[in-house]
Amino acid sequence: MNVHAVAAIYRFEMARTFRTILQSVVSPVVSTSLYFIVFGAAIGSQIQTINGVDYGAFIVPGLLMMSLLTLSISNASFGIYFPKFVGTIYEVLSAPVSHFEIVAAYVGAAATKSIMIGLVILATASLFVPLQVQHPFVMILFLVLTAVTFSLFGFIIGIWADGFEKLQIIPLLVVTPLAFLGGAFYSIDMLPPFWQAVSLFNPVVYLVSGFRWSFVGHADVGVEVSLAMTAAFLAICMVIVSWIFRTGYRLKN
Amino acid sequence: MNETVPAAKILRSAERAEAPAIAIAGLSKTYKTGFEALKSVDLTIRSGEIFALLGPNGAGKTTLINIVCGLVNASAGTVQVDGYDIIRDFRAARSRIGLVPQELVIDGFETVWATVSFSRGLFGKRRDDALVERVLKELSLWDKKDSKVNTLSGGMKRRVMIAKALAHEPQVLFLDEPTAGVDVELRRDMWAMVRRMRDRGVTIILTTHYIEEAEEMADRVGVIRKGEIILVEDKTALMKNLGKNRLSVELVTPIDAVPEALAAHGLEIADGGRRLVYVYDTAAERTGITTLLSDIGKAGLRFRDIETSQSTLEDIFVGLVRDPQ
Ligand SMILES: Nc1ncnc2c1ncn2[C@@H]1O[C@H](COP(=O)(O)OP(=O)(O)OP(=O)(O)O)[C@@H](O)[C@H]1O
Ligand SMILES: [Mg+2]
Repeated sequence: MNVHAVAAIYRFEMARTFRTILQSVVSPVVSTSLYFIVFGAAIGSQIQTINGVDYGAFIVPGLLMMSLLTLSISNASFGIYFPKFVGTIYEVLSAPVSHFEIVAAYVGAAATKSIMIGLVILATASLFVPLQVQHPFVMILFLVLTAVTFSLFGFIIGIWADGFEKLQIIPLLVVTPLAFLGGAFYSIDMLPPFWQAVSLFNPVVYLVSGFRWSFVGHADVGVEVSLAMTAAFLAICMVIVSWIFRTGYRLKN
Repeated sequence: MNETVPAAKILRSAERAEAPAIAIAGLSKTYKTGFEALKSVDLTIRSGEIFALLGPNGAGKTTLINIVCGLVNASAGTVQVDGYDIIRDFRAARSRIGLVPQELVIDGFETVWATVSFSRGLFGKRRDDALVERVLKELSLWDKKDSKVNTLSGGMKRRVMIAKALAHEPQVLFLDEPTAGVDVELRRDMWAMVRRMRDRGVTIILTTHYIEEAEEMADRVGVIRKGEIILVEDKTALMKNLGKNRLSVELVTPIDAVPEALAAHGLEIADGGRRLVYVYDTAAERTGITTLLSDIGKAGLRFRDIETSQSTLEDIFVGLVRDPQ
């Protein structure tokens, strides 16, 4: 294991984050604060509790999950796309590092960054709504698992993308709709039966549901199912990444 | 890192002491476009030498280097670095190599110090500030150590790329056109740097379009053309064997054609009939100059001046690449 190399890449990526601390941290905090003001305070005051939970508190896990998803994807995809685009990736590819080490460093850094921002958003949320976390360990588990899984997914997008458009297209056309329809703002059983069934094909539903369970102790689907679905998605991403490195897809000629 | 050393490796270590810096066998590369950039190349680079790889644009120099460094997958063949296979023992092989790529690619947002230290870590070496300092000083970058890379000039950026390649103390250094677009003074500095590296025992492989550079620096020269190595030779031997001398005779009265009496000498007319040019082989026992000059006198031609010149590596190279054999 080339520990120095993993540390070098990780530190490089974290330094990049702190160089752009304003975009990295301030903008997600501002945008989630706006959600809380609009949905939590303005609209939420007109809505009765959902399953005994105040609407403001109800949307916290979902909002956090949405941010975590999109941030993990954008951090990781940009982190690998940029050196590929500029050409500096040559150094990493010519270094005595294994594929696993490369992925661990890039994905680890991207996940760290989104977890940090997730915690900042959580702290921001606590200023707007009274928060309770019933199962803190499960909450942390989902936080880490989601950050890692979607950073890995972002890494794949970053390697696949050969232009800035492609870098944006999946987050824009796939992830954002799935995240909005993932039950962040409503409970799945508020939907007509047909759409409830459709929702079960949306992986984000499981994430939001499991995450919400860790906060309020109530969920649309069982927490075990949520965990299993997340782990399955993680496994799929891992298979794709190992195929990428085995074939040198979009990395080597 | 505690890696247990398998018996096979211990056995092989004796052979490795003798191993060449780079051993390339049957190396071929066909790009996805179907283009065959390397055609079964065999090449051995001796430990501690400066090897210049010459060839016209698109000959396959960069492809060859990139395969050795792990940036391009070979279609066939094997490469060993210091006895280590670049695929099977990729860690051992790659940690010995430093690469300065042809293109100027570097992260402009980093400081010089950070980017050079990063390279050292990436190659698995423990942080060593004294060493990074020495490398930066040798490349006259010390006063720029805290500058962002994108505030530097192109020539300085190139030196930063060299510093990055040297940061992990490689035993084999690849310089893919290190002096393209670099001014004369900096080029001299780089040559001095390359010699210092060689004196420390580093093997250096460089590609260049400046033949002058190969002539000045290289111990051996390899010429690649359309993906095939067409010649590998000691530089001095090459220049001696393939080198030609030219004798140019300036005539008092211009002539239209070589007089019949001189036909046997294979002369050419140059400069609108004002000069006769005689090309002879440096290595040959008899150059034929004495008879030529006396025959010129006998033919009734009077000459004003005589000049000789030796062909440069460039002439040899141009001749080789234009029509091999
Ligand atoms: N990724 C690629 N896909 C297809 N063909 C390629 C690719 N890279 C290089 N080639 C082709 O392979 C040949 C050799 O290219 P290479 O870059 O190795 O040449 P070179 O000797 O380094 O040339 P130069 O002196 O211009 O740097 C060229 O004809 C080039 O067009
Ligand atoms: Mg080249």
